[in-house]
Amino acid sequence: MRLEHFLMVDRVVSLSGEEIRVESTTPDTSPVFEGHFPGHPLMPGVLLVETMAQTAGWLILALNGFSRMPFLAAVKEAKFRAFVGPGAPLSVSATRIHDGSGYAVATARIESGAKRICDAELTLRTMPFPAPDLEAAMRQRAAAIGLSLPA
Amino acid sequence: MSSAFDRIADIIAENSEVKREDISPDSHVINDLGIDSLDFLDIVFAIDKEFGIKVPVEQWTQEVNAGKAPAEQYFVMKNLAARIEELVAAKGQG
Repeated sequence: MRLEHFLMVDRVVSLSGEEIRVESTTPDTSPVFEGHFPGHPLMPGVLLVETMAQTAGWLILALNGFSRMPFLAAVKEAKFRAFVGPGAPLSVSATRIHDGSGYAVATARIESGAKRICDAELTLRTMPFPAPDLEAAMRQRAAAIGLSLPA
Repeated sequence: MSSAFDRIADIIAENSEVKREDISPDSHVINDLGIDSLDFLDIVFAIDKEFGIKVPVEQWTQEVNAGKAPAEQYFVMKNLAARIEELVAAKGQG
């Protein structure tokens, strides 16, 4: 996990049906932790949402065969149940609960060990890749995290 | 069972700031009711769930943008209700 680069997913553990499971570890040090908070580093809630959104995004990309890029459109029922500090192993899961026309809805949650960290319902718009460079970067990142790609 | 129009109007009132009494069969969802694209996503999601269908919004939008269909055909309430009823009927036959 590299917070400054918004690389929130380290590796894909499984992809089955409508569900994906990924793992990530919060960094030991980061400028983010210097400000949030001095002397008491905590993973910001917005970055936990981003982690869930990216996990759901990889799921949607895998399910649509990398034909359309998902963009976060709405976050509902986000609940932050426990704090996360530096060096924490995170297990993130996302399930697509609806495949709409030009959008998808997923539920996602983050756990650390046996502790439930947060959960939310996410809506993602899907649209053709707006730039070839973006599609290439997404495919490259997918390979790096172990998400199998269509040809 | 309520009509498709009533069910859709209820959904719009629940998922936006539009009052139920302001929604008529001749209301244009965007021009008259002022539904923005994000609220419209919520509304379409609720319609998909309520009727067990997948509203082909992208196809409709493409047809309108390409000049192949007037926007009123899909986005005036009475016509939207008719399109939804057609989708439900087609699903029943499928």
